[in-house]
Amino acid sequence: MTLLHLAILSPFLMAILVPFIYKFVRNVHTGWFVLVLPVTLFVYFVQFIPRNMNGQTTISTAEWIPSLGINFTALVDGLGLLFALLITGIGALVVLYSIYYLSKEKEQLHSFYVYLLMFMGAMLGVVLSDNMIVLYTFWELTSLSSFLLIGYWYHREKSRYGAQKSMLITVFGGLAMLGGFVLLYLMTGTFSIRETIGYVPAIMDHYLFVPAMLLILLGAFTKSAQFPFYIWLPDAMEAPTPVSAYLHSATMVKAGIYLVARLSPVFALTPEWFWIVSTVGIITLFWGSFNAVKQTDLKAILAFSTVSQLGLIMSLLGVGAASLHYDMLDDNIFTVATLAAVFHLINHATFKGSLFMVVGIVDHETGTRDIRKLGGLMSLMPITFTIAVIGAFSMAGLPPFNGFLSKEMFFTGMLRVMEFDLFNAQTYGFIFPVLAWLGSIFTFLYSMVLVFRTFTGKYQPEKLEKKPHEAPIGMLIPPIILASLVIVIGFFPNIISYSIIEPAMASILPTLLMEGEHFYVNIYMWHGWTPELFMTIGVVALGVLGYLTLPKWRRIYNLFPEKLTLNKAYDGGLKGLNTGSERLTKFYMTGFFRDYLAYIFAFMIVILGSTIAIKGAFSYSFDDLAPVGPYEAVIAVVMTLSALTIVFSKSRLSAIIALGAVGYSLSLFFVIFRAPDLALTQLIIETVSVALFLLCFYHLPEFKKVETKMRFKVENFIISAGVGLVVTLIALSANSQQVSDRISNYFIENSYYLAGGKNMVNVILVDFRGFDTLFEVVVLGIAALGIYSMIKLRLSRGEEQS
Amino acid sequence: MEILMSIVVGILFMAATYLILSRSLLRIIIGTGLLSHGAHLLLLTMSGLKQGAPPLLGIPADTYADPLPQALILTAIVISFGVTSFFLVLAYRSYQELGTDDMDRLRGNEHE
Repeated sequence: MTLLHLAILSPFLMAILVPFIYKFVRNVHTGWFVLVLPVTLFVYFVQFIPRNMNGQTTISTAEWIPSLGINFTALVDGLGLLFALLITGIGALVVLYSIYYLSKEKEQLHSFYVYLLMFMGAMLGVVLSDNMIVLYTFWELTSLSSFLLIGYWYHREKSRYGAQKSMLITVFGGLAMLGGFVLLYLMTGTFSIRETIGYVPAIMDHYLFVPAMLLILLGAFTKSAQFPFYIWLPDAMEAPTPVSAYLHSATMVKAGIYLVARLSPVFALTPEWFWIVSTVGIITLFWGSFNAVKQTDLKAILAFSTVSQLGLIMSLLGVGAASLHYDMLDDNIFTVATLAAVFHLINHATFKGSLFMVVGIVDHETGTRDIRKLGGLMSLMPITFTIAVIGAFSMAGLPPFNGFLSKEMFFTGMLRVMEFDLFNAQTYGFIFPVLAWLGSIFTFLYSMVLVFRTFTGKYQPEKLEKKPHEAPIGMLIPPIILASLVIVIGFFPNIISYSIIEPAMASILPTLLMEGEHFYVNIYMWHGWTPELFMTIGVVALGVLGYLTLPKWRRIYNLFPEKLTLNKAYDGGLKGLNTGSERLTKFYMTGFFRDYLAYIFAFMIVILGSTIAIKGAFSYSFDDLAPVGPYEAVIAVVMTLSALTIVFSKSRLSAIIALGAVGYSLSLFFVIFRAPDLALTQLIIETVSVALFLLCFYHLPEFKKVETKMRFKVENFIISAGVGLVVTLIALSANSQQVSDRISNYFIENSYYLAGGKNMVNVILVDFRGFDTLFEVVVLGIAALGIYSMIKLRLSRGEEQS
Repeated sequence: MEILMSIVVGILFMAATYLILSRSLLRIIIGTGLLSHGAHLLLLTMSGLKQGAPPLLGIPADTYADPLPQALILTAIVISFGVTSFFLVLAYRSYQELGTDDMDRLRGNEHE
């Protein structure tokens, strides 16, 4: 347990304190106390930057379950540090924003900050854990806290729906990921990610390698809202806006990105990884941006935009995997994709966070997020407007903002796929730049819609619930900080390139670096008349044209029927599962006792019969049989006839008497087969039983009352014949397969010498195996007590209730 | 002899199963009684039916019948008797309270 562990776990400790602060300090907003923690953590993590720049990483281990190889190993390398800074930095801004966003009087602040801190700690744990099981633990904690935060206004139906949906999808992925980790463990014998990288050359051809990869990717894709699992993200927008800004744009949805980047050294050499990650990413990019244009809710636009941007980063990580196929660092043209991924990750967190906060301000000040009701807010909210322009232009990829730089690099990366001469990339690679370019046009479109539909055009005060005015300064500070970062990184990208981006790339592509080498990243605003620049000019030109003619071609969205959307598929699937399982249960749980007995008997026949057939268990030898005497034959016939009489008798009296006949012939068998004690007991007990039956006979109804005659049922007959047959077969085979000497010789030899009795059966009952007899007596006692209480104890319904 | 006994046991099991699958509670109880008879006979048969003296050391003989299955059967008889009598009284009481012994009408109420 070091300071680093304490830093990761500190949000959880703080979460314990929050309810007390909320209860005892009511006149100060609880958020002010919470704010201290992320700021402190941010400062703490900034200290790691110089060390990481020199290529050093910080590792410390705290033992958790050492016997299973599960230890809390905290690892701060370039990638982990980048995420830790994002989490704590944006976390601090979001907490500040939430202080002004959530009212002290109306909201349950303690639950909000408990969930938020829980999330922050879980997220730090995800990005700083080296052990996969610990990573998984924190991963599920992020799902859980996200669920709680989405359902924060739990009295709303839509919040609960969104929370449930995100829970089901992300937990599904999380479990798949756990499966992948376990498969990796089976191959390597370690849960440590660093050690796993060392095993990669040895396990690459293992038959579990690709399944493990697919399962882990499933976890990453569901968490990062990739196609087709993105559907939970738009519904998660029911959460309070600070939550959307923090979880659903900057941090949690990047956990999947983190996982892909973190495990790139493990899986990236396989063609499956290259194709799946980059294709899923590029499809998500296009589909997300295409759908964002048709949304009318500001947060829904941002949700689809997040989906699309995550797809962009994901596809860049996939393409970056290509660089591992070239050992040389010099002239390795594919590392630019990884660089673009890391760079855009940072940029997206800055501009998307500020845009969410802007939307929150608009919502807070006007009472609506519907762009059809909004317009003309520019003069009323000038600062908010400025931030929105900066964020949206950066998102659209316009100079001089940071989005422009990463978008140019994105185009570069996508164009270079066509030069990759492995895995058929030269044949199908052209699809990447085309989809990327189309996606960028739509990105430009919705960015413009976001800004200009909200802040320009006609002011419609009659449609708004409140009279809009500029937000309080505290609410504006966090987006102003983020927007300034957008501009600063846009103009001086190199301040983060050496300190943060290079170490992060070193963690994603460790095998490319020799000892002491480091990536050389230099980002220029102007890089000459390249194809990428012309692509951007094309994006702007077509985007402007598209925006101006938007009402005309908007109709193409109506071409897609509502029934075929993925949301409908999800809802239908969930409903189908419910009704399907209900129908299945109703189908076999009939409530009729007889049906259950029929299942039991049928399964007994099938299982025993098939086992006998498959294992060849049936064999019969005719040696060693006792001869059939005339008495036995006669009694056997009598017994069979009486048994059949019971079945066919129409009155209960004859059935009872026939049962008595079976019992008495059984005692005759006992006589013949040399069992005097058995014969005695059987005679007495049969007599008492028949008497008891006759006693009940008086009180029970005639068979006729329920069945005029015993109807013959074919299925019952088949089942009972099967049972009889199976029992006969088992009896025959058991009889001819006696393998060892009998234990009874011991009883025969010793019952007189050891126990002093000549009746061997009685000696066994009370001496050798006396315990059986003890509990048999207990059974009789319980039966007697049960009968007594059943007859005596008569609580009617009224008495029971009183 | 063992073959004959095995077949008789099979018939007993078959009749018992058929009775247990019927609608009347009394028939089901009779079926369980028949089933226990079959099981006891099966126990005895599977241990071999070779001739020998009864398992009493007072009778001088070379071979005795196997005493262990007899002890097991004795235990089983007593237990099945206890259970059967309990079951009978249960049937009697349920008929008194519910007014039917038709298994189909004794089906549970779905809305409880």
